[in-house]
Amino acid sequence: MSSAAVTTASAPATNAGGSALARLGAAFFGRLVIIVPYVWLLFFFLIPFVIVFKISLSQTAIAIPPYTPALDFSGGISGFIAQLKQLSLDNYTWLTQDALYFNAYVTSVIIAAISTVLTLLVGYPIAYGMARAPATIRPTLLMLVILPFWTSFLIRVYAWIGILKPEGLLNQLLLATGVIHQPLIILNTYTAIFIGIVYSYLPFMVLPLYSALEKMDYSLIEAAKDLGCPPTGAFWKITFPLSLPGVIAGCLLVFIPAVGEFVIPDLLGGSQTLMIGKTLWNEFFANRDWPVSSAVAVILLLLLIVPIMLFQRAQARAQEMDR
Amino acid sequence: MNTTWSRFNITSIVLGFAFLYLPIVLLIVFSFNESKLVTVWGGFSTKWYVSLFHNQGLMDATWVTARVGLISATVATVLGTLAALTLTRYTRFRGRVLFSGMVFAPLVMPEVITGLSLLLLFVAVGLDRGFLTVTLAHITLTMCFVAVVVQSRLITFDRSLEEAAMDLGATPVKTFFQITLPVIMPAIVSGWMLAFTLSLDDLVIASFTSGPGATTLPMKIYSQVRLGVTPEINAACTILIAVVAIGVIIASLANKRREVQRQLDEQAAQRG
Repeated sequence: MSSAAVTTASAPATNAGGSALARLGAAFFGRLVIIVPYVWLLFFFLIPFVIVFKISLSQTAIAIPPYTPALDFSGGISGFIAQLKQLSLDNYTWLTQDALYFNAYVTSVIIAAISTVLTLLVGYPIAYGMARAPATIRPTLLMLVILPFWTSFLIRVYAWIGILKPEGLLNQLLLATGVIHQPLIILNTYTAIFIGIVYSYLPFMVLPLYSALEKMDYSLIEAAKDLGCPPTGAFWKITFPLSLPGVIAGCLLVFIPAVGEFVIPDLLGGSQTLMIGKTLWNEFFANRDWPVSSAVAVILLLLLIVPIMLFQRAQARAQEMDR
Repeated sequence: MNTTWSRFNITSIVLGFAFLYLPIVLLIVFSFNESKLVTVWGGFSTKWYVSLFHNQGLMDATWVTARVGLISATVATVLGTLAALTLTRYTRFRGRVLFSGMVFAPLVMPEVITGLSLLLLFVAVGLDRGFLTVTLAHITLTMCFVAVVVQSRLITFDRSLEEAAMDLGATPVKTFFQITLPVIMPAIVSGWMLAFTLSLDDLVIASFTSGPGATTLPMKIYSQVRLGVTPEINAACTILIAVVAIGVIIASLANKRREVQRQLDEQAAQRG
């Protein structure tokens, strides 16, 4: 990165009183503003991915660290090149040969997609109701949506175990009211995972939807009604298209992390359910196979790279519109 | 505008909030349960809180978590604010696309990937896993959240205030500390709180990057949950919720007071 290319937008045109020293200080300050977080993220966010990629090409070994080659320069340049030749795509071949991994990827994407649609269906009416609420209580409603976000994710998932268990609160309630006569088996099934994801990610969906719906001009709907458009028609022709940026942002915010989710499938899904985040975790912590878990991570990242780039573009566009 | 808040709107809000809050309320209620069973009410009791304070492992983990949270949130707030300034003020520099990508991607990146990649980095540079590595990992994750929060405040910031200060002869650095910083302070404070709670909350990244002697509270809770659900965990969770809730309430009250004060000042200024 060249900091000489920086255009300091904040440099004043009429700063006649600034001494040369102050200007130098300002330029230094301006560059520091960029360099410090930039270098931090390069080192702690970007470089780690390069390392993951490299280790995904290595072999498992009983050593510390548990892979080979370790890629060091102790053997000089020729030694380093010899080590490079040991890198191979074996782990990726292994991933394609075992149906477990393929199934885990496919299941994760499907579960995340279904959960995203469910979250949208649950979140949309809430966001719409909030946007149409009297302006005086909207800040309170907004606060109430954000508040669960502050309570621990782990705790919120844990809370559902007590509710969904066969002898849990939901079954007690349904049995007592005579709706069912046999306890429902929900915990340790995919249903529990859906409930967990919808519940945990609901604020992420409601917030962008609300900010899109709140900006909307509702006189458009009234105009449509005056012209004889039925309410459902007005919704699909006006409200929904206008809220589309919120829908896209919300869906990406739910879908992307949900694909790699670990806590929810682990605590609510039990051992019978299959998701890639859990597979990676087990590969790393139970099997101690660092190269294979790195390969799993690389493929997961490739799978998510398009949604992540879409998310970034949506973010950048929203930023431009606010300006 | 004529807001029609129909019965449908009210029903969906009530049901939605019930869905959001009921599990947390039930969790808190059952932390006061006399019975060892989490789901059968056996009378009011605070005995689980007492046994919690005698659980040395849990208390140690709480201490580790608090220290990691305080340090990482503070460093992340500084870095995140700098990142937000970069994103809003410096619109053209080489590598800007990469930079904004690195700020936004961690927000949605699955935690297992972030955790694994950070661990492999620490191993590659020969850093022993422990307190330091968890803290570094949390700084990296939470600074991006701080950046987003502060950035949204900076976008709506009235730049003419800064220009006025500099016209009057203030240096850019002085302008930043005397004008910009006080105005964006509420966003910085809420960014810090968000960073702190995210750090308090994190299980996956901490599990990858932590080592012996640096077990955090979520890791402890997680290992106990795997053994079975007990009211003691409910009690631990309730305390955690209470700490965060008190923090949020204090912050929003302080915010409100500042807002009222600002309005009073403006009125006084208008009267001359």
